[in-house]
Amino acid sequence: MRKTLVLAALAAVLACGTANAQQVTVKIGVLSDMSSLYADIGGPGSVTAAKMAVADFAKTNPNVKVELISGDHQNKPDVGSQIANQWFDVDKVDMIIDVPNSGVALAVSEIAKQKNKIFIVSGAAASTLTGAKCNANTVHWTYDTWMLANGTGKAMVKTGGDTWFFLTADYAFGHALETDTIAVVEKNGGKVLGKVRHPLNTNDFSSFLLQAQTSKAKVIGLANAGGDTINSIKAASEFGIVKGGQNLAGLLVFSSDVNALGLQTAQGLALTETWYWDANDANRAWTKRWTAERGAANKFPTMIHAGVYAGILHYLKARAAGAPGDDGKAAVDKMKSMPTDDVLFGKGAVRADGRVTHPAYLFEVKKPSESKYPGDFYTLRATIPADEAFRPLKEGGCPLVSG
Amino acid sequence: MFEIFGVPSNALFGQLLIGLINGSFYALLSLGLAVIFGMLNIINFSHGAQYMLGAFVAYLLLQFSGIGYWPALILAPVIVGITGIIVERTMLQWLYKLDHLYGLLLTFGLALIFEGVARNFFGSAGLPYVVPESLQGGRNLGFMFLPNYRAWVIVASLTVCFGTWFVIERTRLGAYLRAATENPQLVRAFGINVPRMITLTYGFGVALAAFAGVMAAPIYNVSPQMGSELIIVVFAVVVIGGMGSILGAIVTGFGLGVIEGLTKVFFPEASNTVIFVIMAIVLLVRPAGLFGRRG
Repeated sequence: MRKTLVLAALAAVLACGTANAQQVTVKIGVLSDMSSLYADIGGPGSVTAAKMAVADFAKTNPNVKVELISGDHQNKPDVGSQIANQWFDVDKVDMIIDVPNSGVALAVSEIAKQKNKIFIVSGAAASTLTGAKCNANTVHWTYDTWMLANGTGKAMVKTGGDTWFFLTADYAFGHALETDTIAVVEKNGGKVLGKVRHPLNTNDFSSFLLQAQTSKAKVIGLANAGGDTINSIKAASEFGIVKGGQNLAGLLVFSSDVNALGLQTAQGLALTETWYWDANDANRAWTKRWTAERGAANKFPTMIHAGVYAGILHYLKARAAGAPGDDGKAAVDKMKSMPTDDVLFGKGAVRADGRVTHPAYLFEVKKPSESKYPGDFYTLRATIPADEAFRPLKEGGCPLVSG
Repeated sequence: MFEIFGVPSNALFGQLLIGLINGSFYALLSLGLAVIFGMLNIINFSHGAQYMLGAFVAYLLLQFSGIGYWPALILAPVIVGITGIIVERTMLQWLYKLDHLYGLLLTFGLALIFEGVARNFFGSAGLPYVVPESLQGGRNLGFMFLPNYRAWVIVASLTVCFGTWFVIERTRLGAYLRAATENPQLVRAFGINVPRMITLTYGFGVALAAFAGVMAAPIYNVSPQMGSELIIVVFAVVVIGGMGSILGAIVTGFGLGVIEGLTKVFFPEASNTVIFVIMAIVLLVRPAGLFGRRG
């Protein structure tokens, strides 16, 4: 063992000028919800994105050999933890990526820290991952609750939506999103008139919407996700909420949700995303490849898929530039020292707390008459620059920052 | 305008009405379950999946054949009902003499398969289905805005529920059916084809689930997991009403819809749990359910 290390060190020294020649082996695990409610926003699509990242990286770096595995956490923190433990201990996985569902992500983040491995979050939303619960082994790509609240919340208040009523999913993620949004609304001079905490996976929202209607709030904030958001929006359209002068703010809406709603129902909805497949030529080209590889003609990649792609590329770049495979913290430090740059998110950075910063975009869902082809969902309303899109470094309460 | 526990009466009337609408779905679904359990002694755990299939078939009819909501309301239950008949003929019929558990396990397995296949082909996010044009819009009732579609849901559900109850409890055909569950040998001796009747009954129960699925498609998310989210509640409804009691299923379906609706106003966090609390109390006080007969 020691001999190999010495040899490796020697090789590293010799290869100093020509780092590319060094043979690097990397093992990456895509841990996602493969078969349940988040399987479309992450799931098999994330695996496809991961494969594309590996293939693209291999073109310019033939010396880096990447092995990819994937697993289904079933939205259960215990299942996710068990897989993460096995991957790190037995299967010698260097890095785990994706993990939609904040509950599972928080658990995996803790395991990555204990075992000094790496966890790149793309699917989960809780801003605590880079806030109070941050650690030196976790990097959070794509989005978080603070950024969603700040993007959509601020824009709504600024355009006159100064009174709010919340429909909040009654679990960690919903509460986080609600708290973050209330802070933004109040900071910008708005007022919260009321809120309802509904159980996860509620079928009928008409009762809650009726309460929202009675409150006379100008904006109804949907601090929920997936099927709950879809059911809320469907019921709101049916009960004439928007026609009655109230606006909906979808605090976490993915393009797959818009696809599920149909433009007829979703039109006019304001939402924030960090990546949209139809935003520019590079994204469109990437989407074309993704769709072909995924074998799903009527599906469109979400920002989570894009985040998986970008996250893996950045990690591989760090590894090729000499980041160690067996020391997660050192590898993350390397990632933090390098600016991020990829075709999907453009230029950005990994901050000290693990937060990746890049611009965010405020979109509005198109009317059916404005949509020219399948997947033509959004009109861009505003671009939020990278330094404003995410929570300021000092406000998150991450111990890595103060220390 | 007066207030009840701090909630304006207007809002409360609205909530009662909404509760009744949700109750319509509970009633429709628990009715199908009650029919199947009452006549076949099978606990049909795939009921939720069959409800989901109803919605999916409606979507597919619209997407690929341009067949709209109204024909789908008939066609989808027929199509899904036929798949039910196939399931009954090929699998379920061998289980009648065994413990309830076998039927439950088989139908549970089928539900997982249906869901898995649907997810494989359509993903988990859901599919769009718009309210049919003739039922778009709504009217202002003074205390709330009632979408036309929801009004239709109540009317259709009441009609179907009453019709089913009438056929089973008040007609000759229903009498045969009930007799066949009590004593199949004897009814057979009278020259009635009991197995065929049982098969058709299962098909009908499944068709009821699919009917509820088509009714739900325009207002709820059409996704593979839409049935499994609902089915547990519906089972609680059936247990509260009394396993196998047609009237019990209908009355408790509507009643619990209203109770759940009120919970959503006064204590929203508990709205998913309230039905199970009631179930626990009912099981303690009347183990056979509110309308059940003690076996």
